[in-house]
Amino acid sequence: MEHIRTTKVEQVKLLDRFSTSNKSLTGTLYLTATHLLFIDSHQKETWILHHHIALVEKLALTTSGCPLVIQCKNFRIVHFIVPRERDCHDIYNSLLQLSKQAKYEDLYAFSYNPKQNDAERLQGWQRIDLAQEYARMGVPNSNWQLSDANREYKICETYPRELYVPRIASKPIIVGSSKFRSKGRFPVLSYYHGHKEAAICRCSQPLSGFSARCLEDEHLLQAISKANPVNHCMYVMDTRPKLNAMANRAAGKGYENEDNYSNIRFQFVGIENIHVMRSSLQKLLEVNGTKGLSVSDFYSGLESSGWLRHIKAVLDAAIFLAKAVMVESASVLVHCSDGWDRTSQVCALGSLLLDPYYRTIKGFVVLIEKDWISFGHKFSERCGHLDGDPKEVSPVFTQFLECVWHLTEQFPQAFEFNEAFLLQIHEHIHSCQFGNFLGNCQKEREELKLKEKTYSLWPFLLDDQKKYLNPLYISTSPKFTVLEPNTVSFNFKFWRNMYHQFDRTLHPRQSVFNIIMNMNEQNKQLEKDIEDLESKIKQCKNKPTDGILTKELINSIHPESPTLKTSLCFKEQTLLPVNHALRTIEGSNPADNRYREYAEEFSKAEPGVVSLEYGVARMTC
Amino acid sequence: MDQAPEESGVAPLRGTLCLTGHHLLLSPGLQMTSELWLRLLRSVAEAVRLGGDSGIITQRCKDLRVLQLEILDAEESLDIARSIEMAQLLSPGAVLPGIGITSFPFFYPFKGLRLRDAWHFHPPERYYKRTAREVGAVLGEANEDFSLSADDDALALSARFRRGGRFPVLSYHHALSGTVLLRSSQPLTGPQKRRRAEELLRAGLAGARPGARGFIVDTRSAQAAKQARVTDAGTEAKAAYRGWKRRHRPLERGRPPQESFMCLVEACGDLEQSIDHWLSRLEGCHWLPHVKEALSTTCLAAQGMEREGACILVHGAEGTDSTLLVTSLAQLILDPLSRTMAGIQELVERDWIQVSGHLAPALRPPSRNPASLCPWLCPLPRPVTPSSCTMPTWPSHLFLDCVWQLGRQFPLSLEFGEGLLLALFEHAYPSPFGTFLCNRRDGLCEVRTRTHFLWSGLNQPKEQRRLWSPIYTPSPLAIWPSVEPWSLRLWQGLFLRWICPPEPSGAAWEKGWQIVTDKEKTELLQPSFSLWAPTLNAGSLDSG
Repeated sequence: MEHIRTTKVEQVKLLDRFSTSNKSLTGTLYLTATHLLFIDSHQKETWILHHHIALVEKLALTTSGCPLVIQCKNFRIVHFIVPRERDCHDIYNSLLQLSKQAKYEDLYAFSYNPKQNDAERLQGWQRIDLAQEYARMGVPNSNWQLSDANREYKICETYPRELYVPRIASKPIIVGSSKFRSKGRFPVLSYYHGHKEAAICRCSQPLSGFSARCLEDEHLLQAISKANPVNHCMYVMDTRPKLNAMANRAAGKGYENEDNYSNIRFQFVGIENIHVMRSSLQKLLEVNGTKGLSVSDFYSGLESSGWLRHIKAVLDAAIFLAKAVMVESASVLVHCSDGWDRTSQVCALGSLLLDPYYRTIKGFVVLIEKDWISFGHKFSERCGHLDGDPKEVSPVFTQFLECVWHLTEQFPQAFEFNEAFLLQIHEHIHSCQFGNFLGNCQKEREELKLKEKTYSLWPFLLDDQKKYLNPLYISTSPKFTVLEPNTVSFNFKFWRNMYHQFDRTLHPRQSVFNIIMNMNEQNKQLEKDIEDLESKIKQCKNKPTDGILTKELINSIHPESPTLKTSLCFKEQTLLPVNHALRTIEGSNPADNRYREYAEEFSKAEPGVVSLEYGVARMTC
Repeated sequence: MDQAPEESGVAPLRGTLCLTGHHLLLSPGLQMTSELWLRLLRSVAEAVRLGGDSGIITQRCKDLRVLQLEILDAEESLDIARSIEMAQLLSPGAVLPGIGITSFPFFYPFKGLRLRDAWHFHPPERYYKRTAREVGAVLGEANEDFSLSADDDALALSARFRRGGRFPVLSYHHALSGTVLLRSSQPLTGPQKRRRAEELLRAGLAGARPGARGFIVDTRSAQAAKQARVTDAGTEAKAAYRGWKRRHRPLERGRPPQESFMCLVEACGDLEQSIDHWLSRLEGCHWLPHVKEALSTTCLAAQGMEREGACILVHGAEGTDSTLLVTSLAQLILDPLSRTMAGIQELVERDWIQVSGHLAPALRPPSRNPASLCPWLCPLPRPVTPSSCTMPTWPSHLFLDCVWQLGRQFPLSLEFGEGLLLALFEHAYPSPFGTFLCNRRDGLCEVRTRTHFLWSGLNQPKEQRRLWSPIYTPSPLAIWPSVEPWSLRLWQGLFLRWICPPEPSGAAWEKGWQIVTDKEKTELLQPSFSLWAPTLNAGSLDSG
């Protein structure tokens, strides 16, 4: 790689981000074509993908070396001290180049090879099939049909080829409506609730300005409301704050005039735009990066960042949507400005509340594929995959994941997946390791030939399901068909495992999920053993007197249950006599926690001696 | 009398209210479910009657519940409010002339329990014996029967030197490092008394590893400790304690945590507030900083023992609330035994009920007479004034919250679940059990003979699912909690228990239990099969 000047630097220090006493680990830093790798003296490896790097900073030279701070998009922050300034400068420059690629073709996904052949790769891409998903919802049917209007991306470049529209909406109406909508994103079906026969539709803002109207658009909305045989009155949700929508009117855009459309009820839900969200997250991260943060400062920072308020706004909108469908059986049309950020959030969350299928692992993947990827959420711009406009970067998808996390907290039994699944997806929207999230819309993805040149993330997640299963999940509980979350303020919490996921030392944890999972598996294994043994006993009884067989029977117990064996080992381990090397529980080490600074007081010499030392230090400096 | 009580967040219930000697009872009409609704009168912290002829009584209960009773007749509502107030005025152990003891625990017929059962379930003597074996009995009998061992002069002298006679006693012996955790009250630094106390602490050090150092953790700020000199008390002089170093870790005690607690309870009652408002109230209450300070001071002490191999003496002014908080939490962190169900009961019994003498400011304001040698050897509890009993908080609220934080960070390491902590919280106030009744072990001998013991109530098999953790995995290791602000959470199970009932998480707990018991079932089946196989084998050989 032409950008890499130095591949290896020794004696690099990795500072602990939250230590007030500048504790550090010493090790070697390696720079590869795709990763930055730090191996400390305990042989612990820290891998950082170049694409994860959001910001590299070179701080002012200190006596111990040149500090290099790297902030990642997955909220990892590392602080190196490189002994020689030249090395630091080389690495800094290389990282600047490597983390901001100008072309899609230079991204990791185009060089990543998980050792699969072409057929396997193609099969991986076909694992998620949206046509199948629409069939599962029950469309096409007598009211909804597949439209071929956008087959060649002629009407809307940012929509997928296959779009579902009301059967009575003719092509001229669709074309006319698309001309009246920002970026041509006319109202199409996002989710169809078979039981209530109500639909969730999505579009972008109308180009209504102060008085413009469009008959085709009015017809299309009427077609949507007529496609619902139960309730002819439909909701139009503008997910923006009213002020923003009014301001857009001056630019010839805006919102629907209730007088022009028959049978609609118009509603603002007030989710802020991408710029507000970006700076809100920025504030949140600033507060959380503070050394020696007090509890009070933490909460006032959390409040002033407004992050949780925004999360609540998104969730509230989704609840409004779900209620309209469930309680009133009404169809809902959702839009924001361009209909790819807030609209995706609200439609996806609304469907998640309504349909238990989306709460399974496969279903959640389908949901992301449908409402985010296919409908043109601009992943590459929002995640900053390429060196582009920093103002287009915004944590819209992160917010969606956080909303889902809040739901999993409130309904621990309603989701098939666990937190690790959400974190893994978040990791990969930035990693550029797989092709799924590259590009900003389907058309762009096709032009990049992603399906031929890169791999899909989903088969890797789906095949590795075990890691992401929630042991408490109940798949068939009538209680959890429709989720009705409580959005009282206490229920919104800081998602520590997301924003501090790499600060492992800060929060010792024991995974309840893992242990319950293991127990569940052991149960199954043991039950299987019992069945096997019972059947063998039956055989024994049938076949009279065979000593060898029964011996076999006894032997068969242990070899057949490896999980039981491991569980026994596990128990032995915990009963081991305590030696001095083994004094703490996973990650819980007093030396890693903040109170170690207090403990250093213990080691301090008497004050008299200290002051003398200070004197000496001053003289030598 | 008919009225409609309204609970916040719950649909109103209509029924008949009955007032007995100890209870407030609401029985809904016949047409409704047979749901009865019972409150101990003493659990009501505050009953406010609104003026006018509305006849609405708002009750704030000590278990954080808020009830509204609407009584049709204004006159009657006045009577009821007055009766409730009267009931509060009675101290639990009050002996009314001509009537005798009126407190409910003396009348509580607990199904399946006999009186006098298991009052000696967790005798602290047993613990001290166990430790004494380890330490080699340096510290003398731990104030058995509240009389000082007469032959041990040093102890007696030290007792005189310490405020309230609370000389340094052993709280925990860490076998691994051979260090001890001691607690006491502040020293009374008169000019002549200085030397004598040293003996005891030197003895403490001598019992530990050779060359061990000692640290005195003072739970007051350096300034507060200096101020205490005005009353002839204060801190250990550096020169007099060779081998001991002093560290100040100010923990707020008394009023501030109490106010924080009440403020937080109030903040949790508002369901309509915006997130910003809620966060700023949470911050303003200042409760979590108390939790954080308590935990980090504890970790400091525990780390001093475990990592530095130093003996630790913890004391504040009185050597009661915050001192106990630190010493008992340190045991939970270091001692795997205290994290078991029996262990925590023993710990609460030993540290809070039997030794503390300070358990129930809820019931009685603590005596603050510095001249008295042993203010904690109190006379019979006196009736309290209403002002001191409005929603009080004993220091162990902080203790319970800290334990909950430990449990949240180490869900596998505690044998008990949130249920036990909530039960302790509930029973520390009005309780049908006599355990928390008086301030000192032998305050009322009759408590022991005539009331039921809390632990026997809690150790009933039917309580298992509520109180025990399904996923406990014993581990001999220390658990070091994180004290970062984002690691500490609001204890929803306590503060919001009546506001948003944690249904789904309760169901998840139940599911956890189900999975575990399934596992036990199948595991039990397994050996029975392997046992069975050889017999089959033998039989088949015989017939062969």
